[in-house]
Amino acid sequence: MTDSTTLPAPDRRTRRLVQVSAAIPSRPALRIGPVSLVWRGRHVLVCAALAVAAFLLLCVSLGRGDYPLSVPQVLDVLAGGGARLDRFIVLDLRLPRGIGAVVVGAALAVAGAITQSLSRNPLASPDILGITAGASAAAVALIVVTGGGSIVGLLAGLGLPLAALLGGLLTAFVIYLLAWRNGVEGFRLVLIGIGANAMLIALTNWMLVSADINDVARAQVWLTGSLNGAAWSQVVPAGIALAVIGTWTLIAGFTVGALRLGDDTARSLGIRLQTQQGLLLAAACGLAGIATAAAGPIGFVALAAPQLAVRLVRADGPPIVASALTGAVLVVGSDIIARTVLPVALPVGLVTSALGGPFLLYLLVRSNRKVSA
Amino acid sequence: MTDISTFAATDTDAAATTDAPRLIAEHLSLGYGDRLIVDDLDLIVPTGVVTTVIGPNGCGKSTLLRALSRLLRPRAGSVLLDGQVITSMRAREVARVLGMLPQAPVAPEGLTVADLVSRGRHPHQSWLRQWSSDDEQEVGVALEQTGIADLADRPVDELSGGQRQRAWISMALAQGTDILLLDEPTTYLDLAHSVEVLDLVDRLHSELGRTVVMVLHDLNLAVRYSDHLVVMKAGRIVAAGAPAEVISVELLREVFGLDGAVIDDPVSGRPLIVPIGARHVYGTVGGADRKEGRDTPGDQDQRPYDQG
Repeated sequence: MTDSTTLPAPDRRTRRLVQVSAAIPSRPALRIGPVSLVWRGRHVLVCAALAVAAFLLLCVSLGRGDYPLSVPQVLDVLAGGGARLDRFIVLDLRLPRGIGAVVVGAALAVAGAITQSLSRNPLASPDILGITAGASAAAVALIVVTGGGSIVGLLAGLGLPLAALLGGLLTAFVIYLLAWRNGVEGFRLVLIGIGANAMLIALTNWMLVSADINDVARAQVWLTGSLNGAAWSQVVPAGIALAVIGTWTLIAGFTVGALRLGDDTARSLGIRLQTQQGLLLAAACGLAGIATAAAGPIGFVALAAPQLAVRLVRADGPPIVASALTGAVLVVGSDIIARTVLPVALPVGLVTSALGGPFLLYLLVRSNRKVSA
Repeated sequence: MTDISTFAATDTDAAATTDAPRLIAEHLSLGYGDRLIVDDLDLIVPTGVVTTVIGPNGCGKSTLLRALSRLLRPRAGSVLLDGQVITSMRAREVARVLGMLPQAPVAPEGLTVADLVSRGRHPHQSWLRQWSSDDEQEVGVALEQTGIADLADRPVDELSGGQRQRAWISMALAQGTDILLLDEPTTYLDLAHSVEVLDLVDRLHSELGRTVVMVLHDLNLAVRYSDHLVVMKAGRIVAAGAPAEVISVELLREVFGLDGAVIDDPVSGRPLIVPIGARHVYGTVGGADRKEGRDTPGDQDQRPYDQG
């Protein structure tokens, strides 16, 4: 009898539009009408901090160059003010590169977050699995086959990104088929991916050795992964694709939590495993392909960003939004380093690889210890 | 009782429950690749009791369980859930009625118990409705019922084997299904933890009225915790019924290739299987002298077990 006086009447509780409940302390609920979700304070905080960091780094990046601008000046321009010359330099010359870095970083990171979640293996990222290598091989093949002349024309705008995208998707499809054995097991996928990666790199190198020297130079620049040539004509389509696929991934990502429990458990929780896996993998390849098409194969972002994000939010697997923001921070930050550390501007892919290599070793050593423990 | 072929006939006796059977297998043939594992198998799962499938390694127990839970598409025949062919039902539909816990499932690193148990609500959730008050309540109840509410914030990978298995069973409970399939829920557990988990399974059906089908390796635990035993050999059911009717010296020899004695379990009164090995038997190498006057129940002038 005492219970009824202390507890609010159940019907009154459900009638409230916004409801906050914490019957299970680690999963506080936020409910607005028919919408309900778990309120994860740390996750939201980390995402907000990452977004601020990405934005500030972007401002720093936009101020860097032969005509340096301070962060307040850049902010002024972005807010709609500033001198005409400043506006031209920031908005027309530097912004495509800056936004390109954000888009490429976010796309690679989301692709990595998906493949790592699906395979339940932190090593399974598009650059380890050979998806990026497939995109590179296709792009280099196009450069080498068509020669220097035609690439400047129509093909430069559309052909190269499209070839990279198709190359990535085709590679992913073949790897998935080869890894399939009553379901895809993470470790098997990684091993087959490593094999495919090696073969595709060999193929790319063979094409480079046997091709015309001018084409090789062009291909080489592209292969290192560079944002130097970023223009709105590349960045805008990539941005739109990221927005569309990224949004879809967020919605489909609702099942990722259950998918991480293993194939059988996921299926007995009512998930159409093959459909979900196939669609999510296609989305990941699409994102990796878009990023590679826009800026060449920028290494290790897809591997490292989701792993960094999962440690920041302390989740049970790579979170999609936090990974995207981490990827953006990584690529924008690396691009700043690439342009300021040495008097010569380095390609951004060189910096991410230099930073990502040690991180890969750390992951390998750590996972090895875990097995032997 | 001595002829094994008569055991199949006792199937319906054990299924003498008031509820109609909800899970039925008809002419089921199962296999992987070109290997046929289960051939033309019929099974009626009695409702509201614990059914345990036993049989030697590789007899198709787990394969059968996978087919019953829609994880494996039959080569021929069908599994009927509430009269509908299970493979023609939508995965989500099945997941609201029937839950399945695979053998030795692995939780992702860092996943907390509360988060794991909440995953069980997936078939009832959507993108917009990820944590409704129903979900929260069901998860809370599932955590209480499995006695792991105080572990809710701990990562699953830090728990002991028994606690971990209870967390997974809790997840299956939160799924809210009437039928629960468990593939070797005691794998990797020591005897004490096995008993703890099986006591929990027992409560699922006795207190919560769930229908449980499980695969167990340990025959004595299977006898102890089942209302209905299904004995499989080489992809066929050779006996089914109440443990006391099914377990016999002949069955052990014929199905498991095990020479054993069957005595009355002094604790439960159910049959207790005592394997006869080559050594450590009265009067053989390593065995005690028969006349040592141990306080064994039924220790008369002859061996204290029935050798069939």
